[in-house]
Amino acid sequence: MNIPGLKPAGSCGGGCASKEKGADVHRRDFLKSGAALATLTLAPGVTLMAMGNGVAAKANPGVRWGLLIDAGKCPSDCNACVTACSDEHGWENNGLDTDPQWIRKVTLKDRETGRENSLPVMCQHCENPPCVDVCPTGASFKREDGIVLVDRHTCIGCRYCMMACPFKARSFLHEKVTDQKVTTPRGKGTVEGCNMCVHKLDRGDGTTACVEACNATGNNAMIFGDMNDPDSDISKALASYPSIELRADLKLNLGVRYQNI
Amino acid sequence: MKKLFLVGMMILGLSIGPVVHAQGVYPDVPKATGEPHPEGNEFMRINHPDLLRHDRDLTVRDGDRDVDYSLAGCVACHAVNGPDAKPVTSESSEYFCRVCHDYAAVKIDCFQCHNSLPPDLGEASLMFDRPEQSLDVLLTYLEGLSR
Repeated sequence: MNIPGLKPAGSCGGGCASKEKGADVHRRDFLKSGAALATLTLAPGVTLMAMGNGVAAKANPGVRWGLLIDAGKCPSDCNACVTACSDEHGWENNGLDTDPQWIRKVTLKDRETGRENSLPVMCQHCENPPCVDVCPTGASFKREDGIVLVDRHTCIGCRYCMMACPFKARSFLHEKVTDQKVTTPRGKGTVEGCNMCVHKLDRGDGTTACVEACNATGNNAMIFGDMNDPDSDISKALASYPSIELRADLKLNLGVRYQNI
Repeated sequence: MKKLFLVGMMILGLSIGPVVHAQGVYPDVPKATGEPHPEGNEFMRINHPDLLRHDRDLTVRDGDRDVDYSLAGCVACHAVNGPDAKPVTSESSEYFCRVCHDYAAVKIDCFQCHNSLPPDLGEASLMFDRPEQSLDVLLTYLEGLSR
Protein backbone atom coordinates (compact mmCIF):
# COMPACT_ATOMS: atom_id res chain seq x y z
CA MET A 1 0.00 0.00 0.00
CA ASN A 2 1.22 3.46 -0.76
CA ILE A 3 0.10 6.96 0.07
CA PRO A 4 -0.15 9.03 -3.08
CA GLY A 5 2.47 11.70 -3.08
CA LEU A 6 4.16 10.52 0.08
CA LYS A 7 7.78 11.58 -0.12
CA PRO A 8 10.66 9.47 1.17
CA ALA A 9 12.59 10.32 4.31
CA GLY A 10 14.79 13.37 4.28
CA SER A 11 12.55 15.18 1.81
CA CYS A 12 11.54 17.82 4.27
CA GLY A 13 14.80 19.64 3.65
CA GLY A 14 15.01 22.97 5.40
CA GLY A 15 11.27 22.99 6.07
CA CYS A 16 11.63 20.90 9.21
CA ALA A 17 14.07 23.21 10.91
CA SER A 18 11.88 26.23 10.34
CA LYS A 19 8.90 24.28 11.68
CA GLU A 20 10.77 23.50 14.88
CA LYS A 21 11.60 27.16 15.30
CA GLY A 22 7.94 27.97 14.81
CA ALA A 23 7.01 25.52 17.53
CA ASP A 24 9.45 27.25 19.89
CA VAL A 25 7.72 30.58 19.37
CA HIS A 26 4.40 28.95 20.15
CA ARG A 27 5.83 27.52 23.33
CA ARG A 28 7.05 30.93 24.46
CA ASP A 29 3.66 32.48 23.69
CA PHE A 30 2.05 29.67 25.57
CA LEU A 31 4.19 30.25 28.64
CA LYS A 32 3.69 34.01 28.45
CA SER A 33 -0.06 33.57 28.21
CA GLY A 34 -0.08 31.92 31.61
CA ALA A 35 -1.87 28.87 30.25
CA ALA A 36 0.83 26.68 31.77
CA LEU A 37 -0.59 27.27 35.24
CA ALA A 38 -2.36 24.31 36.74
CA THR A 39 -5.60 26.23 37.14
CA LEU A 40 -6.81 28.87 34.77
CA THR A 41 -9.07 31.62 35.99
CA LEU A 42 -11.50 32.45 33.20
CA ALA A 43 -13.72 34.82 35.12
CA PRO A 44 -14.33 35.50 38.81
CA GLY A 45 -15.52 32.25 40.27
CA VAL A 46 -15.01 30.32 37.05
CA THR A 47 -11.87 28.25 36.82
CA LEU A 48 -10.70 25.78 34.27
CA MET A 49 -8.59 22.97 35.66
CA ALA A 50 -5.59 21.95 33.60
CA MET A 51 -5.77 18.45 32.17
CA GLY A 52 -4.65 15.60 34.35
CA ASN A 53 -5.88 12.14 35.14
CA GLY A 54 -9.53 12.03 36.05
CA VAL A 55 -10.10 15.75 35.54
CA ALA A 56 -12.53 16.47 32.74
CA ALA A 57 -11.72 19.65 30.85
CA LYS A 58 -12.99 21.52 27.81
CA ALA A 59 -10.89 21.90 24.69
CA ASN A 60 -8.05 24.07 25.95
CA PRO A 61 -6.66 26.62 23.45
CA GLY A 62 -3.26 26.44 25.22
CA VAL A 63 -2.92 22.79 24.29
CA ARG A 64 -1.94 21.23 20.99
CA TRP A 65 -2.48 17.49 21.11
CA GLY A 66 -0.02 15.54 19.03
CA LEU A 67 1.30 12.09 18.26
CA LEU A 68 4.84 10.98 17.62
CA ILE A 69 5.17 7.64 15.87
CA ASP A 70 8.49 5.82 15.77
CA ALA A 71 8.35 3.72 12.61
CA GLY A 72 11.51 1.94 13.75
CA LYS A 73 9.60 0.39 16.65
CA CYS A 74 6.51 -0.50 14.60
CA PRO A 75 6.62 -4.15 13.45
CA SER A 76 5.02 -4.88 10.07
CA ASP A 77 2.93 -7.74 11.46
CA CYS A 78 1.40 -5.68 14.30
CA ASN A 79 -2.06 -4.23 13.85
CA ALA A 80 -2.86 -3.42 17.47
CA CYS A 81 -3.51 0.31 16.98
CA VAL A 82 -5.93 -0.32 14.12
CA THR A 83 -7.85 -2.96 16.05
CA ALA A 84 -7.96 -0.76 19.15
CA CYS A 85 -9.34 2.18 17.15
CA SER A 86 -11.93 -0.02 15.53
CA ASP A 87 -13.04 -1.36 18.91
CA GLU A 88 -13.05 2.04 20.58
CA HIS A 89 -15.14 3.76 17.92
CA GLY A 90 -17.12 0.84 16.54
CA TRP A 91 -16.07 1.06 12.89
CA GLU A 92 -15.44 -2.05 10.90
CA ASN A 93 -13.32 -2.59 7.81
CA ASN A 94 -13.86 -5.80 5.94
CA GLY A 95 -11.53 -4.94 3.09
CA LEU A 96 -14.12 -3.34 0.80
CA ASP A 97 -13.05 -0.10 -0.87
CA THR A 98 -16.06 1.65 0.64
CA ASP A 99 -15.43 0.46 4.20
CA PRO A 100 -14.40 3.12 6.72
CA GLN A 101 -10.76 3.35 7.75
CA TRP A 102 -9.90 5.74 10.55
CA ILE A 103 -6.35 4.43 10.81
CA ARG A 104 -4.39 2.09 8.56
CA LYS A 105 -1.04 0.37 8.50
CA VAL A 106 1.06 1.51 5.55
CA THR A 107 4.20 -0.21 4.26
CA LEU A 108 6.85 1.95 2.66
CA LYS A 109 9.61 0.44 0.57
CA ASP A 110 12.84 2.05 -0.46
CA ARG A 111 13.23 0.90 -4.07
CA GLU A 112 17.01 1.33 -4.01
CA THR A 113 17.84 -0.63 -0.89
CA GLY A 114 14.72 -2.74 -0.46
CA ARG A 115 14.31 -1.54 3.15
CA GLU A 116 10.69 -1.79 4.24
CA ASN A 117 9.01 0.32 6.84
CA SER A 118 5.63 -0.15 8.47
CA LEU A 119 3.71 2.65 10.13
CA PRO A 120 0.18 3.66 11.04
CA VAL A 121 -1.34 6.61 9.15
CA MET A 122 -4.44 8.44 10.30
CA CYS A 123 -5.76 12.00 10.31
CA GLN A 124 -2.64 14.12 10.79
CA HIS A 125 -4.54 16.90 12.58
CA CYS A 126 -3.03 19.74 10.56
CA GLU A 127 -2.71 23.21 12.01
CA ASN A 128 -4.00 24.50 8.65
CA PRO A 129 -6.34 21.70 7.60
CA PRO A 130 -7.36 21.63 3.90
CA CYS A 131 -10.51 19.68 4.87
CA VAL A 132 -11.66 22.65 6.94
CA ASP A 133 -10.89 25.07 4.09
CA VAL A 134 -13.10 23.25 1.61
CA CYS A 135 -16.04 22.28 3.83
CA PRO A 136 -19.13 24.12 2.53
CA THR A 137 -21.13 23.82 5.77
CA GLY A 138 -18.49 24.32 8.45
CA ALA A 139 -18.91 20.73 9.60
CA SER A 140 -15.21 20.03 9.24
CA PHE A 141 -13.55 22.09 11.94
CA LYS A 142 -10.54 22.35 14.20
CA ARG A 143 -11.02 22.34 17.92
CA GLU A 144 -9.17 24.82 20.09
CA ASP A 145 -6.76 22.11 21.18
CA GLY A 146 -5.77 21.33 17.60
CA ILE A 147 -7.94 18.27 16.97
CA VAL A 148 -9.57 18.22 13.52
CA LEU A 149 -13.11 16.85 13.63
CA VAL A 150 -16.29 16.41 11.66
CA ASP A 151 -19.46 17.78 13.22
CA ARG A 152 -21.88 15.23 11.82
CA HIS A 153 -24.82 17.42 12.77
CA THR A 154 -23.87 19.78 9.96
CA CYS A 155 -22.09 17.34 7.59
CA ILE A 156 -24.02 16.90 4.37
CA GLY A 157 -21.81 14.13 3.05
CA CYS A 158 -20.44 16.05 0.05
CA ARG A 159 -16.99 14.47 0.52
CA TYR A 160 -15.05 17.60 -0.47
CA CYS A 161 -12.89 17.05 2.62
CA MET A 162 -12.02 13.56 1.46
CA MET A 163 -10.81 15.01 -1.83
CA ALA A 164 -8.85 17.77 -0.09
CA CYS A 165 -7.06 15.55 2.43
CA PRO A 166 -3.51 14.71 1.28
CA PHE A 167 -3.45 11.67 3.56
CA LYS A 168 -6.71 9.92 2.58
CA ALA A 169 -7.56 10.12 6.24
CA ARG A 170 -11.32 10.46 5.95
CA SER A 171 -13.97 7.88 5.08
CA PHE A 172 -17.56 8.19 3.97
CA LEU A 173 -20.18 6.04 5.61
CA HIS A 174 -22.12 4.29 2.86
CA GLU A 175 -24.19 1.95 4.95
CA LYS A 176 -26.69 2.34 7.75
CA VAL A 177 -25.07 1.91 11.16
CA THR A 178 -26.71 0.38 14.21
CA ASP A 179 -25.54 -0.19 17.77
CA GLN A 180 -23.11 2.72 17.75
CA LYS A 181 -20.88 3.44 20.72
CA VAL A 182 -22.37 6.11 23.00
CA THR A 183 -19.12 8.05 22.80
CA THR A 184 -18.85 7.82 19.00
CA PRO A 185 -22.14 8.47 17.21
CA ARG A 186 -21.83 7.54 13.52
CA GLY A 187 -24.37 7.51 10.73
CA LYS A 188 -24.87 6.87 7.04
CA GLY A 189 -24.20 9.78 4.72
CA THR A 190 -21.58 11.53 6.82
CA VAL A 191 -17.80 11.67 6.65
CA GLU A 192 -15.64 10.46 9.51
CA GLY A 193 -12.02 10.12 10.51
CA CYS A 194 -9.63 9.88 13.45
CA ASN A 195 -10.87 12.19 16.21
CA MET A 196 -7.87 11.62 18.50
CA CYS A 197 -10.30 9.97 20.92
CA VAL A 198 -11.81 13.33 21.97
CA HIS A 199 -14.15 11.62 24.39
CA LYS A 200 -11.16 10.15 26.22
CA LEU A 201 -9.33 13.48 26.26
CA ASP A 202 -12.41 15.38 27.45
CA ARG A 203 -12.70 12.82 30.22
CA GLY A 204 -9.12 13.54 31.24
CA ASP A 205 -7.57 10.23 30.17
CA GLY A 206 -4.76 12.09 28.43
CA THR A 207 -4.20 9.32 25.91
CA THR A 208 -5.80 7.63 22.91
CA ALA A 209 -6.95 4.08 22.24
CA CYS A 210 -4.21 3.43 19.65
CA VAL A 211 -1.43 4.61 21.95
CA GLU A 212 -2.77 2.53 24.83
CA ALA A 213 -2.86 -0.52 22.57
CA CYS A 214 0.63 0.14 21.23
CA ASN A 215 2.02 0.43 24.75
CA ALA A 216 0.17 -2.74 25.75
CA THR A 217 2.01 -4.71 23.05
CA GLY A 218 5.31 -3.47 24.49
CA ASN A 219 6.37 -1.82 21.23
CA ASN A 220 5.92 1.69 22.62
CA ALA A 221 6.10 3.11 19.11
CA MET A 222 3.61 5.93 19.77
CA ILE A 223 3.84 8.89 22.12
CA PHE A 224 0.79 11.05 22.72
CA GLY A 225 0.85 14.39 24.42
CA ASP A 226 0.65 18.15 24.41
CA MET A 227 3.12 19.56 21.89
CA ASN A 228 2.78 23.00 23.50
CA ASP A 229 3.97 21.78 26.87
CA PRO A 230 7.81 21.71 26.89
CA ASP A 231 7.79 19.17 29.72
CA SER A 232 5.58 16.60 27.98
CA ASP A 233 7.13 13.34 26.74
CA ILE A 234 6.26 14.19 23.16
CA SER A 235 7.87 17.63 23.28
CA LYS A 236 11.02 16.23 24.84
CA ALA A 237 11.23 13.46 22.21
CA LEU A 238 10.62 15.95 19.39
CA ALA A 239 13.32 18.21 20.76
CA SER A 240 15.88 15.41 21.18
CA TYR A 241 15.48 13.24 18.08
CA PRO A 242 14.94 13.97 14.39
CA SER A 243 11.36 13.61 13.20
CA ILE A 244 9.48 14.42 10.02
CA GLU A 245 6.00 15.37 8.94
CA LEU A 246 4.40 13.56 6.02
CA ARG A 247 4.21 15.85 3.00
CA ALA A 248 6.13 18.59 4.79
CA ASP A 249 6.16 20.44 1.46
CA LEU A 250 2.50 21.33 1.98
CA LYS A 251 3.42 23.29 5.11
CA LEU A 252 0.35 22.15 7.00
CA ASN A 253 2.16 21.85 10.37
CA LEU A 254 0.88 18.42 11.31
CA GLY A 255 -0.08 17.20 14.74
CA VAL A 256 1.26 13.74 13.91
CA ARG A 257 5.03 13.35 13.46
CA TYR A 258 7.12 10.35 12.46
CA GLN A 259 10.58 9.10 13.31
CA ASN A 260 12.82 6.62 11.50
CA ILE A 261 10.91 6.58 8.23
CA MET B 1 -69.41 44.51 27.41
CA LYS B 2 -71.83 41.95 26.00
CA LYS B 3 -69.56 41.56 22.97
CA LEU B 4 -66.53 41.00 25.19
CA PHE B 5 -68.45 38.39 27.15
CA LEU B 6 -69.39 36.58 23.95
CA VAL B 7 -65.78 36.60 22.74
CA GLY B 8 -64.72 35.30 26.14
CA MET B 9 -67.23 32.48 25.94
CA MET B 10 -66.04 31.62 22.45
CA ILE B 11 -62.41 31.42 23.55
CA LEU B 12 -63.42 29.30 26.53
CA GLY B 13 -65.41 27.05 24.24
CA LEU B 14 -62.54 26.71 21.80
CA SER B 15 -60.05 25.90 24.51
CA ILE B 16 -62.25 23.31 26.22
CA GLY B 17 -63.56 21.75 23.05
CA PRO B 18 -60.40 20.18 21.63
CA VAL B 19 -59.15 19.06 25.05
CA VAL B 20 -62.31 17.08 25.69
CA HIS B 21 -62.23 15.81 22.16
CA ALA B 22 -58.53 14.84 22.23
CA GLN B 23 -58.58 12.99 25.54
CA GLY B 24 -58.65 9.60 23.89
CA VAL B 25 -56.40 10.56 20.97
CA TYR B 26 -53.54 12.25 22.82
CA PRO B 27 -50.54 9.89 22.96
CA ASP B 28 -49.98 7.91 26.12
CA VAL B 29 -46.49 9.12 27.04
CA PRO B 30 -44.43 6.38 28.73
CA LYS B 31 -43.16 7.16 32.22
CA ALA B 32 -39.44 7.75 32.74
CA THR B 33 -37.42 5.98 35.39
CA GLY B 34 -35.30 8.79 36.87
CA GLU B 35 -36.07 11.96 38.80
CA PRO B 36 -38.61 14.27 37.16
CA HIS B 37 -37.25 17.31 35.28
CA PRO B 38 -37.08 20.28 37.66
CA GLU B 39 -38.25 22.52 34.79
CA GLY B 40 -41.45 20.50 34.48
CA ASN B 41 -42.69 18.26 31.70
CA GLU B 42 -44.48 21.05 29.85
CA PHE B 43 -41.23 23.02 29.55
CA MET B 44 -39.34 19.96 28.36
CA ARG B 45 -42.00 19.09 25.80
CA ILE B 46 -41.62 22.49 24.19
CA ASN B 47 -37.91 23.16 24.66
CA HIS B 48 -36.11 19.81 24.45
CA PRO B 49 -34.93 20.32 20.83
CA ASP B 50 -33.34 23.68 21.64
CA LEU B 51 -31.74 22.41 24.84
CA LEU B 52 -30.26 19.44 23.03
CA ARG B 53 -29.11 21.50 20.07
CA HIS B 54 -27.43 24.03 22.34
CA ASP B 55 -25.59 21.44 24.41
CA ARG B 56 -24.57 19.29 21.47
CA ASP B 57 -22.69 22.29 20.05
CA LEU B 58 -20.99 22.82 23.40
CA THR B 59 -19.88 19.20 23.43
CA VAL B 60 -18.85 18.77 19.80
CA ARG B 61 -17.29 22.18 19.24
CA ASP B 62 -15.87 23.06 22.66
CA GLY B 63 -15.40 19.61 24.14
CA ASP B 64 -17.61 20.46 27.11
CA ARG B 65 -19.04 17.16 28.29
CA ASP B 66 -20.39 18.48 31.55
CA VAL B 67 -23.67 19.64 30.00
CA ASP B 68 -27.18 19.58 31.41
CA TYR B 69 -28.93 18.00 28.46
CA SER B 70 -27.46 15.11 26.53
CA LEU B 71 -29.16 12.64 24.28
CA ALA B 72 -27.49 9.78 26.14
CA GLY B 73 -29.07 11.17 29.30
CA CYS B 74 -32.55 11.27 27.70
CA VAL B 75 -32.19 7.76 26.41
CA ALA B 76 -30.98 6.38 29.74
CA CYS B 77 -34.03 7.61 31.66
CA HIS B 78 -36.70 7.32 29.01
CA ALA B 79 -36.07 3.72 28.00
CA VAL B 80 -39.23 1.78 27.19
CA ASN B 81 -39.14 -1.96 27.60
CA GLY B 82 -40.66 -4.18 24.97
CA PRO B 83 -42.46 -7.50 25.47
CA ASP B 84 -39.10 -9.23 25.97
CA ALA B 85 -38.34 -6.89 28.93
CA LYS B 86 -35.47 -5.34 26.97
CA PRO B 87 -35.42 -1.68 25.94
CA VAL B 88 -36.81 -1.11 22.45
CA THR B 89 -34.90 0.82 19.78
CA SER B 90 -36.15 3.87 17.91
CA GLU B 91 -37.32 1.45 15.18
CA SER B 92 -40.27 0.60 17.41
CA SER B 93 -43.34 2.83 17.57
CA GLU B 94 -43.36 2.20 21.33
CA TYR B 95 -40.10 4.17 21.65
CA PHE B 96 -40.40 7.15 24.00
CA CYS B 97 -39.57 9.84 21.44
CA ARG B 98 -41.67 8.28 18.74
CA VAL B 99 -44.85 8.21 20.78
CA CYS B 100 -45.20 11.99 20.48
CA HIS B 101 -43.23 12.47 17.29
CA ASP B 102 -45.37 10.02 15.35
CA TYR B 103 -48.47 11.73 16.75
CA ALA B 104 -47.19 15.17 15.67
CA ALA B 105 -45.76 13.79 12.41
CA VAL B 106 -42.34 15.26 13.17
CA LYS B 107 -39.43 13.17 11.98
CA ILE B 108 -36.49 12.69 14.36
CA ASP B 109 -33.09 12.07 12.80
CA CYS B 110 -31.05 11.89 16.02
CA PHE B 111 -30.96 8.12 15.91
CA GLN B 112 -29.48 7.93 12.44
CA CYS B 113 -26.18 8.48 14.23
CA HIS B 114 -26.88 8.16 17.95
CA ASN B 115 -27.63 4.87 19.59
CA SER B 116 -31.25 4.80 20.69
CA LEU B 117 -30.69 2.17 23.36
CA PRO B 118 -29.83 3.22 26.92
CA PRO B 119 -26.05 3.21 27.36
CA ASP B 120 -24.79 -0.01 28.89
CA LEU B 121 -23.00 0.23 32.20
CA GLY B 122 -19.45 0.20 30.90
CA GLU B 123 -20.07 2.88 28.35
CA ALA B 124 -22.23 4.95 30.66
CA SER B 125 -19.37 5.26 33.09
CA LEU B 126 -17.14 6.25 30.18
CA MET B 127 -19.50 9.02 29.23
CA PHE B 128 -20.26 10.42 32.66
CA ASP B 129 -17.01 10.48 34.51
CA ARG B 130 -18.47 11.88 37.71
CA PRO B 131 -18.92 8.90 40.06
CA GLU B 132 -22.27 10.01 41.49
CA GLN B 133 -23.65 10.37 38.01
CA SER B 134 -22.60 6.90 36.94
CA LEU B 135 -24.35 5.61 40.06
CA ASP B 136 -27.50 7.39 38.88
CA VAL B 137 -27.18 5.73 35.51
CA LEU B 138 -26.67 2.37 37.20
CA LEU B 139 -29.78 2.82 39.33
CA THR B 140 -31.78 3.98 36.33
CA TYR B 141 -30.62 0.97 34.41
CA LEU B 142 -31.54 -1.43 37.21
CA GLU B 143 -34.92 0.22 37.65
CA GLY B 144 -35.49 -0.12 33.94
CA LEU B 145 -34.67 -3.80 34.13
CA SER B 146 -37.04 -4.41 37.01
CA ARG B 147 -39.98 -2.72 35.34
